[in-house]
Amino acid sequence: MTRIVELRAGVLKKNDELARALRSRMQQAGVFTVNLVSSPGTGKTEFLKQTLIALREQGYRVAALVGDLETENDANRLAESGAPVRQILTHGLCHLEAAMIGDHLEGWALDALDFLFIENVGNLVCPSSYDLGEALRVVLLSVTEGEDKPRKYPTIFNSADLAIVTKMDLAAACEFDADAATASIHSVRPGLPILWTSARRGTGMSEWLELLATRRDATRTVAAG
Amino acid sequence: MHELSIAHGIVDTVSTALGDTPGVVRDVSIAVGALSGVVPDALHFCFEIATADTRLSGATLSIEQVPVAIWCPTCAAVVEPPPPLSFRCPVCNTVSGDVRRGRELDVLSYTFDDEPALEGA
Ligand SMILES: Nc1nc2c(ncn2[C@@H]2O[C@H](COP(=O)(O)OP(=O)(O)O)[C@@H](O)[C@H]2O)c(=O)[nH]1
Ligand SMILES: [Mg+2]
Ligand SMILES: [Zn+2]
Repeated sequence: MTRIVELRAGVLKKNDELARALRSRMQQAGVFTVNLVSSPGTGKTEFLKQTLIALREQGYRVAALVGDLETENDANRLAESGAPVRQILTHGLCHLEAAMIGDHLEGWALDALDFLFIENVGNLVCPSSYDLGEALRVVLLSVTEGEDKPRKYPTIFNSADLAIVTKMDLAAACEFDADAATASIHSVRPGLPILWTSARRGTGMSEWLELLATRRDATRTVAAG
Repeated sequence: MHELSIAHGIVDTVSTALGDTPGVVRDVSIAVGALSGVVPDALHFCFEIATADTRLSGATLSIEQVPVAIWCPTCAAVVEPPPPLSFRCPVCNTVSGDVRRGRELDVLSYTFDDEPALEGA
Protein backbone atom coordinates (compact mmCIF):
# COMPACT_ATOMS: atom_id res chain seq x y z
CA MET A 1 0.00 0.00 0.00
CA THR A 2 1.20 3.50 -0.76
CA ARG A 3 1.12 5.91 2.14
CA ILE A 4 1.89 9.56 2.43
CA VAL A 5 3.56 10.43 5.70
CA GLU A 6 3.36 14.06 6.78
CA LEU A 7 6.53 15.40 8.39
CA ARG A 8 6.73 19.20 8.28
CA ALA A 9 10.28 19.16 9.61
CA GLY A 10 12.99 21.72 8.95
CA VAL A 11 15.74 20.27 6.79
CA LEU A 12 18.33 22.06 8.89
CA LYS A 13 16.69 21.14 12.17
CA LYS A 14 19.86 19.59 13.57
CA ASN A 15 21.89 22.70 12.87
CA ASP A 16 19.11 24.95 14.16
CA GLU A 17 18.93 23.02 17.43
CA LEU A 18 22.69 23.17 17.93
CA ALA A 19 22.64 26.88 17.12
CA ARG A 20 19.86 27.49 19.63
CA ALA A 21 21.83 25.67 22.32
CA LEU A 22 24.94 27.70 21.47
CA ARG A 23 22.96 30.92 21.60
CA SER A 24 21.67 30.25 25.09
CA ARG A 25 25.12 29.12 26.23
CA MET A 26 26.62 32.39 24.95
CA GLN A 27 23.89 34.41 26.54
CA GLN A 28 24.40 32.72 29.89
CA ALA A 29 28.16 33.25 29.68
CA GLY A 30 27.62 36.90 28.71
CA VAL A 31 29.38 36.58 25.35
CA PHE A 32 28.07 38.62 22.45
CA THR A 33 28.63 36.61 19.28
CA VAL A 34 28.97 38.15 15.84
CA ASN A 35 28.92 36.25 12.53
CA LEU A 36 30.67 38.08 9.68
CA VAL A 37 29.67 37.05 6.15
CA SER A 38 30.83 38.36 2.77
CA SER A 39 32.36 37.42 -0.56
CA PRO A 40 36.05 36.51 -0.54
CA GLY A 41 38.19 39.67 -0.47
CA THR A 42 35.58 42.07 0.89
CA GLY A 43 37.77 42.82 3.88
CA LYS A 44 36.37 40.66 6.70
CA THR A 45 39.77 39.75 8.11
CA GLU A 46 41.13 43.30 7.96
CA PHE A 47 37.96 44.76 9.47
CA LEU A 48 37.86 42.10 12.18
CA LYS A 49 41.52 42.58 13.04
CA GLN A 50 41.00 46.33 13.56
CA THR A 51 37.87 45.55 15.57
CA LEU A 52 39.73 43.13 17.85
CA ILE A 53 42.53 45.66 18.40
CA ALA A 54 40.10 48.48 19.20
CA LEU A 55 37.94 46.41 21.56
CA ARG A 56 41.02 45.18 23.42
CA GLU A 57 42.14 48.79 23.83
CA GLN A 58 38.76 49.51 25.39
CA GLY A 59 39.35 46.69 27.85
CA TYR A 60 36.98 44.13 26.34
CA ARG A 61 37.89 40.46 26.32
CA VAL A 62 37.57 39.21 22.75
CA ALA A 63 38.22 36.09 20.73
CA ALA A 64 37.70 34.98 17.16
CA LEU A 65 37.01 31.89 15.11
CA VAL A 66 37.77 32.06 11.42
CA GLY A 67 36.57 29.70 8.73
CA ASP A 68 38.66 28.98 5.69
CA LEU A 69 38.57 26.32 3.01
CA GLU A 70 42.23 25.33 3.31
CA THR A 71 44.62 27.81 4.94
CA GLU A 72 45.48 29.24 8.35
CA ASN A 73 46.49 32.63 6.92
CA ASP A 74 43.54 34.58 8.26
CA ALA A 75 43.96 33.17 11.78
CA ASN A 76 47.58 34.29 11.76
CA ARG A 77 46.60 37.79 10.62
CA LEU A 78 43.89 38.05 13.29
CA ALA A 79 46.21 36.73 16.01
CA GLU A 80 48.42 39.80 15.45
CA SER A 81 45.72 41.68 17.37
CA GLY A 82 46.75 39.76 20.47
CA ALA A 83 43.33 38.11 20.82
CA PRO A 84 42.94 34.34 21.02
CA VAL A 85 42.05 33.06 17.55
CA ARG A 86 41.23 29.65 16.20
CA GLN A 87 41.08 28.56 12.59
CA ILE A 88 38.26 26.35 11.43
CA LEU A 89 39.40 24.46 8.34
CA THR A 90 36.35 23.38 6.38
CA HIS A 91 38.30 21.38 3.76
CA GLY A 92 36.17 22.50 0.89
CA LEU A 93 32.86 23.02 2.67
CA CYS A 94 31.61 26.45 1.62
CA HIS A 95 30.11 27.56 4.95
CA LEU A 96 30.41 27.13 8.70
CA GLU A 97 27.86 25.08 10.64
CA ALA A 98 26.88 25.32 14.29
CA ALA A 99 28.57 22.02 15.14
CA MET A 100 31.94 23.38 13.99
CA ILE A 101 31.54 26.39 16.26
CA GLY A 102 30.76 24.16 19.24
CA ASP A 103 33.76 21.94 18.51
CA HIS A 104 36.17 24.84 18.22
CA LEU A 105 35.07 26.47 21.47
CA GLU A 106 36.38 23.48 23.39
CA GLY A 107 38.70 24.59 26.20
CA TRP A 108 37.81 28.28 25.97
CA ALA A 109 36.31 29.77 29.13
CA LEU A 110 33.32 31.58 27.65
CA ASP A 111 32.69 33.38 30.94
CA ALA A 112 36.00 35.14 30.42
CA LEU A 113 34.89 36.63 27.09
CA ASP A 114 32.84 39.70 26.22
CA PHE A 115 32.77 39.24 22.45
CA LEU A 116 33.24 36.29 20.14
CA PHE A 117 33.61 36.98 16.42
CA ILE A 118 33.16 34.39 13.73
CA GLU A 119 34.59 35.11 10.29
CA ASN A 120 32.60 32.88 7.97
CA VAL A 121 33.94 31.28 4.80
CA GLY A 122 34.03 33.84 1.97
CA ASN A 123 30.70 33.13 0.28
CA LEU A 124 27.46 35.06 0.01
CA VAL A 125 25.20 32.10 -0.69
CA CYS A 126 25.72 29.10 1.55
CA PRO A 127 26.37 30.73 4.96
CA SER A 128 22.93 32.33 4.82
CA SER A 129 21.15 29.05 5.59
CA TYR A 130 23.21 28.17 8.66
CA ASP A 131 22.50 29.72 12.02
CA LEU A 132 25.68 29.68 14.11
CA GLY A 133 24.00 30.81 17.31
CA GLU A 134 25.18 34.38 16.73
CA ALA A 135 23.52 37.39 18.33
CA LEU A 136 24.37 39.59 15.36
CA ARG A 137 24.70 38.59 11.73
CA VAL A 138 26.68 41.09 9.74
CA VAL A 139 26.94 41.06 5.96
CA LEU A 140 29.85 43.00 4.49
CA LEU A 141 30.06 44.53 1.03
CA SER A 142 33.05 46.42 -0.36
CA VAL A 143 32.80 49.47 -2.59
CA THR A 144 34.65 47.54 -5.31
CA GLU A 145 31.98 44.86 -5.64
CA GLY A 146 29.23 46.86 -7.32
CA GLU A 147 26.21 48.49 -5.73
CA ASP A 148 23.76 45.88 -7.03
CA LYS A 149 25.31 42.91 -5.23
CA PRO A 150 22.55 42.77 -2.58
CA ARG A 151 19.95 42.22 -5.32
CA LYS A 152 22.00 39.29 -6.60
CA TYR A 153 22.33 37.71 -3.14
CA PRO A 154 19.03 38.60 -1.45
CA THR A 155 18.98 35.75 1.06
CA ILE A 156 22.09 36.75 2.98
CA PHE A 157 21.18 40.44 2.99
CA ASN A 158 17.65 39.61 4.06
CA SER A 159 18.82 37.43 6.94
CA ALA A 160 21.43 39.91 8.23
CA ASP A 161 20.99 42.26 11.20
CA LEU A 162 23.44 44.83 9.86
CA ALA A 163 25.23 45.66 6.61
CA ILE A 164 28.77 47.03 6.64
CA VAL A 165 30.17 48.67 3.55
CA THR A 166 33.97 48.28 3.54
CA LYS A 167 36.90 50.01 1.79
CA MET A 168 35.20 53.42 1.74
CA ASP A 169 38.73 54.87 1.21
CA LEU A 170 38.39 53.50 -2.36
CA ALA A 171 34.87 54.87 -2.92
CA ALA A 172 35.86 57.84 -5.07
CA ALA A 173 38.28 55.82 -7.21
CA CYS A 174 35.53 53.25 -7.85
CA GLU A 175 32.89 55.93 -8.46
CA PHE A 176 30.91 54.13 -5.79
CA ASP A 177 27.31 55.32 -5.53
CA ALA A 178 26.28 55.12 -1.86
CA ASP A 179 22.64 55.96 -2.61
CA ALA A 180 22.42 53.15 -5.15
CA ALA A 181 23.99 50.74 -2.65
CA THR A 182 21.52 51.80 0.03
CA ALA A 183 18.60 51.34 -2.37
CA SER A 184 19.90 47.92 -3.38
CA ILE A 185 20.30 46.77 0.23
CA HIS A 186 16.90 48.09 1.22
CA SER A 187 15.23 46.51 -1.80
CA VAL A 188 16.02 43.09 -0.35
CA ARG A 189 15.84 44.04 3.32
CA PRO A 190 13.81 47.15 4.09
CA GLY A 191 15.31 49.24 6.86
CA LEU A 192 18.51 47.23 7.36
CA PRO A 193 21.00 49.45 9.23
CA ILE A 194 24.16 50.22 7.21
CA LEU A 195 27.58 51.32 8.42
CA TRP A 196 30.09 52.93 6.05
CA THR A 197 33.64 51.97 6.95
CA SER A 198 37.27 51.78 6.00
CA ALA A 199 39.44 49.48 8.07
CA ARG A 200 42.48 51.18 6.52
CA ARG A 201 41.51 54.69 7.57
CA GLY A 202 39.46 53.86 10.64
CA THR A 203 36.33 55.39 9.07
CA GLY A 204 33.12 54.34 10.79
CA MET A 205 34.96 52.40 13.47
CA SER A 206 33.71 54.40 16.44
CA GLU A 207 30.11 53.97 15.24
CA TRP A 208 30.68 50.23 14.89
CA LEU A 209 32.25 49.89 18.34
CA GLU A 210 29.41 51.86 19.85
CA LEU A 211 26.84 49.64 18.13
CA LEU A 212 28.58 46.53 19.46
CA ALA A 213 28.61 47.85 23.02
CA THR A 214 24.96 48.92 22.83
CA ARG A 215 23.77 45.63 21.37
CA ARG A 216 25.78 43.65 23.90
CA ASP A 217 24.33 45.64 26.79
CA ALA A 218 20.83 45.11 25.41
CA THR A 219 21.17 41.32 25.36
CA ARG A 220 22.63 41.35 28.87
CA THR A 221 19.71 43.36 30.16
CA VAL A 222 17.33 40.86 28.60
CA ALA A 223 19.32 37.98 30.11
CA ALA A 224 19.29 39.57 33.56
CA GLY A 225 15.64 40.62 33.42
CA MET B 1 27.14 25.02 -3.28
CA HIS B 2 25.56 23.86 -0.09
CA GLU B 3 22.74 22.01 -1.82
CA LEU B 4 24.57 18.74 -1.19
CA SER B 5 24.53 19.42 2.57
CA ILE B 6 20.85 20.28 2.26
CA ALA B 7 20.17 17.08 0.31
CA HIS B 8 21.91 15.04 3.03
CA GLY B 9 19.75 16.86 5.55
CA ILE B 10 16.63 15.74 3.68
CA VAL B 11 17.86 12.14 3.59
CA ASP B 12 18.61 12.25 7.33
CA THR B 13 15.22 13.72 8.15
CA VAL B 14 13.29 11.09 6.20
CA SER B 15 15.53 8.20 7.32
CA THR B 16 15.00 9.14 10.95
CA ALA B 17 11.23 9.31 10.44
CA LEU B 18 11.24 5.94 8.68
CA GLY B 19 13.13 4.19 11.44
CA ASP B 20 12.81 0.43 10.97
CA THR B 21 9.54 0.60 9.04
CA PRO B 22 9.95 -1.67 6.01
CA GLY B 23 9.09 -0.27 2.59
CA VAL B 24 10.36 1.77 -0.32
CA VAL B 25 10.35 5.55 -0.45
CA ARG B 26 8.88 6.77 -3.75
CA ASP B 27 8.90 10.50 -3.33
CA VAL B 28 9.92 13.22 -0.91
CA SER B 29 8.06 16.49 -0.94
CA ILE B 30 9.74 19.64 0.33
CA ALA B 31 8.99 23.34 0.56
CA VAL B 32 11.68 25.77 -0.60
CA GLY B 33 11.12 29.43 0.12
CA ALA B 34 12.27 32.13 -2.27
CA LEU B 35 14.48 33.43 0.55
CA SER B 36 15.82 30.04 1.62
CA GLY B 37 19.00 30.44 -0.40
CA VAL B 38 18.46 27.08 -2.06
CA VAL B 39 18.42 26.65 -5.82
CA PRO B 40 15.83 23.98 -6.79
CA ASP B 41 17.75 22.72 -9.87
CA ALA B 42 20.94 22.24 -7.90
CA LEU B 43 18.97 20.50 -5.17
CA HIS B 44 17.40 18.02 -7.62
CA PHE B 45 20.87 17.15 -8.84
CA CYS B 46 22.31 16.76 -5.33
CA PHE B 47 19.33 14.76 -4.11
CA GLU B 48 20.19 12.00 -6.56
CA ILE B 49 23.74 11.88 -5.22
CA ALA B 50 22.71 12.05 -1.58
CA THR B 51 20.12 9.29 -1.86
CA ALA B 52 22.43 6.77 -3.58
CA ASP B 53 22.90 3.68 -1.40
CA THR B 54 20.31 4.87 1.10
CA ARG B 55 16.71 3.81 1.66
CA LEU B 56 15.70 6.80 -0.43
CA SER B 57 17.58 5.54 -3.46
CA GLY B 58 15.44 6.06 -6.57
CA ALA B 59 12.97 8.37 -4.84
CA THR B 60 11.88 11.49 -6.64
CA LEU B 61 12.02 14.95 -5.10
CA SER B 62 8.99 17.22 -5.39
CA ILE B 63 9.76 20.85 -4.66
CA GLU B 64 7.03 23.27 -3.73
CA GLN B 65 8.39 26.77 -4.21
CA VAL B 66 7.09 29.25 -1.66
CA PRO B 67 6.99 32.90 -2.72
CA VAL B 68 7.76 35.69 -0.28
CA ALA B 69 4.79 36.95 1.71
CA ILE B 70 5.00 40.02 3.92
CA TRP B 71 2.81 41.59 6.54
CA CYS B 72 1.50 44.90 5.23
CA PRO B 73 0.76 47.12 8.24
CA THR B 74 -1.36 49.46 6.09
CA CYS B 75 -3.63 46.74 4.72
CA ALA B 76 -3.33 44.78 7.98
CA ALA B 77 -2.92 41.67 5.87
CA VAL B 78 -0.36 39.17 4.64
CA VAL B 79 0.34 39.98 1.01
CA GLU B 80 2.47 38.43 -1.74
CA PRO B 81 4.51 40.89 -3.78
CA PRO B 82 4.73 39.45 -7.31
CA PRO B 83 8.18 38.51 -8.65
CA PRO B 84 10.89 39.71 -9.06
CA LEU B 85 11.71 39.69 -5.35
CA SER B 86 10.23 42.72 -3.64
CA PHE B 87 8.97 43.78 -0.23
CA ARG B 88 6.41 46.25 -1.49
CA CYS B 89 2.72 45.61 -0.90
CA PRO B 90 1.07 44.99 -4.29
CA VAL B 91 -2.13 46.62 -3.04
CA CYS B 92 -0.97 49.83 -1.38
CA ASN B 93 2.78 50.07 -2.14
CA THR B 94 3.85 50.05 1.51
CA VAL B 95 7.32 48.57 2.00
CA SER B 96 7.59 46.04 4.79
CA GLY B 97 10.42 43.80 5.94
CA ASP B 98 8.12 41.69 8.08
CA VAL B 99 8.53 38.39 6.22
CA ARG B 100 5.77 35.86 6.91
CA ARG B 101 6.58 33.25 4.24
CA GLY B 102 9.48 32.52 1.93
CA ARG B 103 12.19 31.35 4.32
CA GLU B 104 10.98 27.72 4.39
CA LEU B 105 13.30 24.81 3.91
CA ASP B 106 11.09 21.99 5.14
CA VAL B 107 10.42 18.35 4.43
CA LEU B 108 6.64 18.31 4.02
CA SER B 109 6.00 14.62 3.54
CA TYR B 110 7.22 11.45 1.95
CA THR B 111 5.41 8.80 -0.03
CA PHE B 112 6.26 5.21 0.58
CA ASP B 113 5.18 1.71 -0.39
CA ASP B 114 5.07 -0.79 2.41
CA GLU B 115 4.48 -3.74 0.04
CA PRO B 116 7.30 -3.41 -2.46
CA ALA B 117 7.42 -7.20 -2.93
CA LEU B 118 4.18 -7.07 -4.93
CA GLU B 119 5.78 -4.96 -7.59
CA GLY B 120 6.23 -6.73 -10.92
CA ALA B 121 4.63 -9.84 -9.52
N1 LIG C 1 41.90 49.98 0.46
C1 LIG C 1 41.46 49.11 1.37
N2 LIG C 1 41.79 47.82 1.27
C2 LIG C 1 41.33 46.97 2.20
C3 LIG C 1 40.51 47.40 3.28
N3 LIG C 1 40.21 46.31 4.03
C4 LIG C 1 40.80 45.26 3.44
N4 LIG C 1 41.49 45.64 2.34
C5 LIG C 1 42.26 44.79 1.43
O1 LIG C 1 41.40 43.92 0.72
C6 LIG C 1 41.98 42.63 0.55
C7 LIG C 1 41.09 41.57 1.13
O2 LIG C 1 40.94 41.78 2.53
P1 LIG C 1 40.64 40.60 3.56
O3 LIG C 1 40.52 41.21 4.89
O4 LIG C 1 41.62 39.51 3.39
O5 LIG C 1 39.22 40.13 3.00
P2 LIG C 1 38.35 38.81 3.38
O6 LIG C 1 38.61 37.79 2.31
O7 LIG C 1 36.92 39.27 3.34
O8 LIG C 1 38.77 38.35 4.74
C8 LIG C 1 43.34 42.70 1.23
O9 LIG C 1 44.33 42.96 0.25
C9 LIG C 1 43.19 43.85 2.18
O10 LIG C 1 44.41 44.48 2.47
C10 LIG C 1 40.21 48.79 3.38
O11 LIG C 1 39.51 49.26 4.28
N5 LIG C 1 40.69 49.60 2.39
MG1 LIG D 1 39.40 36.51 5.46
ZN1 LIG E 1 -0.71 47.10 1.71
